[in-house]
Amino acid sequence: MSFVKLTASTLAIAAVTATAAAARDNVQVAGSSTVLPYASIVAEAFGENFDFPTPVVESGGSSAGLKRFCEGVGENTIDVANASRAIKDKEIAACAEAGVTDIIEVRIGYDGIVFASQLQGPEFTAFTPSDIFNALAPKVLVDGQLVDNPHTKWSDFNADLPDAEIMAFIPGTKHGTREVFEEKVVAAGCEATGAMEAMIAGGMSEDDAEDACLAVRNDGRSVDIDGDYTETLARIDANPNGIGVFGLAFYENNTDKLKVATMSGVVPSTESIASGEYPVSRPLYFYIKKAHIGVIPGLKEYAEFFVSDEIAGPDGPLSAYGLVSDPELAATQAVVADEATMN
Amino acid sequence: MTDASANTATGLYATDAHIRKRNAAEKRFRLYGLAAVCVGILALIVLMTSILGNGVSAFRQTYVTLNIELLEAKLDKNGNRNIDDIKKVSTFGYAPLIQAGVEAAMAENGIEIEGLTGKQAGGIISKEAAAQLRNFVIANPDAIGTTVEFDVLANAQIDGYFKGRVDRADAELLKTVSPVQLDLSDALLEAGVLRTKFNTAFITAPDASDNRPEAAGLGVAILGSFYMMIVVLVLALPIGVAASIYLEEFAPKNRWTDLIEVNISNLAAVPSIVFGILGLAIFINFAGLPQSAPIVGGLVLTLMTLPTIIIATRAALKAVPPSIRDAALGVGASKMQAVFHHVLPLAAPGILTGTIIGLAQALGETAPLLLIGMVAFVREYPAGPPEGFFDPASALPVQVYNWTQRADAALVERASGAIIVLLVFLLIMNVAAIILRRRFERRW
Repeated sequence: MSFVKLTASTLAIAAVTATAAAARDNVQVAGSSTVLPYASIVAEAFGENFDFPTPVVESGGSSAGLKRFCEGVGENTIDVANASRAIKDKEIAACAEAGVTDIIEVRIGYDGIVFASQLQGPEFTAFTPSDIFNALAPKVLVDGQLVDNPHTKWSDFNADLPDAEIMAFIPGTKHGTREVFEEKVVAAGCEATGAMEAMIAGGMSEDDAEDACLAVRNDGRSVDIDGDYTETLARIDANPNGIGVFGLAFYENNTDKLKVATMSGVVPSTESIASGEYPVSRPLYFYIKKAHIGVIPGLKEYAEFFVSDEIAGPDGPLSAYGLVSDPELAATQAVVADEATMN
Repeated sequence: MTDASANTATGLYATDAHIRKRNAAEKRFRLYGLAAVCVGILALIVLMTSILGNGVSAFRQTYVTLNIELLEAKLDKNGNRNIDDIKKVSTFGYAPLIQAGVEAAMAENGIEIEGLTGKQAGGIISKEAAAQLRNFVIANPDAIGTTVEFDVLANAQIDGYFKGRVDRADAELLKTVSPVQLDLSDALLEAGVLRTKFNTAFITAPDASDNRPEAAGLGVAILGSFYMMIVVLVLALPIGVAASIYLEEFAPKNRWTDLIEVNISNLAAVPSIVFGILGLAIFINFAGLPQSAPIVGGLVLTLMTLPTIIIATRAALKAVPPSIRDAALGVGASKMQAVFHHVLPLAAPGILTGTIIGLAQALGETAPLLLIGMVAFVREYPAGPPEGFFDPASALPVQVYNWTQRADAALVERASGAIIVLLVFLLIMNVAAIILRRRFERRW
């Protein structure tokens, strides 16, 4: 009997305290693993400098974060979703269905995507989108003919590139980085090499050709990495000929192991990305539930602190970590201050 | 042939071909067994050396002792010691004071390094130091205007230099540290300003961002794991023991109890991630319990541990000889009295052992916690119980996962350090289980 009583009373106590502790006083953030280091730097500084508790930051990917963001309004849902891409219309609709109608979009800056290889490896120092397309596409243009990719070495199609086996580690399809890689590099290379024209000339519709341009070869020379950049780095470490796709911030923190390649002659750096010269970059965002402002203490202060000049500005800690600061930061600050929702 | 049998004709002791074959088979089997044990031990040795090799250095940390002048002009411009005005100075406002502190230490010890800028000099100190100073000033506003001695953390790269993780060749290549900074730290080490000591903050401090991996600690994770273990113990032990006593002593043996029995054995083998999915659906989405909270983690782990405890408890109850029950019933005890006064005390060591092993299993579990939001960057310590059960917290294995995911080599070292801490806790629990069994177990 005593066991039954004990169990019942513990459950009762748990139930009572559950209702008592319902009021949440910390900001909850989830989403993109690219934004995670920035968000945790801001959360840490926020906790130190304000009387609010340090926000809790989870990762899990942009899509997962936005899905949780769109689960509804209330203390059991997250307040902020980090994303390495803009929210999709489909997601906005899903949000609206669950009652999350007023969403504030905050662009925090830009992230560059770089191609890097082992420091002591072959001289991979200059690429163009065409090179990447020629190396990784399933069908390429050789002597005016669209053929199954015959290239096994980089020097096969560009004599300036090293005589090394083609081996590329690219982000898996669940990553936001993959989309940028496809759009800004593979598709650009597809057009530049004339492969796209050849496809259209071969009877493909324009849309189909665009889709076909994004494909990568699947004979093992291009490897999808579903983990994060640490995994790509480990694969590069084990493979001297390997080329990996990384975020600029990750590369900047691992310059003792990696060397970076230029893209169309432009060296990736915070400056060249901010000026738009370096072609492969993307904006980073976070999204706030307006309904939670004023309910969850510190939410607006956190957002304002995130985009303030001393944090997200060119001399702030985020920039030091590798974020390319947004030249239009003042406009973003105004959006947060006015709580201006999307549309 | 006949000669041979005549020569060795010693009856039973004769080794004919068949016996030799059997002996050889036995010898081979022993060798296989020995080889299997050796492979296991070898794997353990490799694992332990790699973890200890990477992780032991996490328990030592480089500190710098600085005399920092808390300038009134910087920290309290109005000079009225109003705490709200002092709080307006953010941690960024403290960075120049730290740089001045390093420069003062250099001047005091006559250190001059060619090509070292003031910013680089300040850069050898962790960003955590600014927060340390600010907290001190807010707690002691009267100290403004005086010079106070602080023990501050060195930057992770400088710390890595003294631990052999970063060398001069790396420093040439890395943007986060330069060779002149290494020269400065060498000089400061010689002057006795900089030294490496035991890293208590690694056990007590909360996690830190990638900007200051040198400040990251396990405090929140240990507390979170401890809270979860309390929840598991308080719920799983009584429920598990009650269920097994009923099933073993009172329940009729029919199709239903057979079904329950099969299900319990099955549940024990269900992958733990499944319990995470269940926890997300029931405790967070349906019951509305908070995300990232130890109570939810504890409830999920309770579900996971229950079958283990039930199976162990039933085995312990079965091991009590029926004569004990018969004797108790024979002198007029009720069935319940026989169980609670005689059977349960004798089965207690076995039950406790099973519980501790179940808890140890729960302590090392990561997968279900992924789904209920415990894999998070949490810097606030959860409050004391019972409110603390509902505050966000991390857990030890989750912290290991978290650190290995992040890019910094200093955090990889800390992940190995965290594994050592986790292994120590597991070792303590398993040793406790063995001692309990040895001391109190009775054999019949």
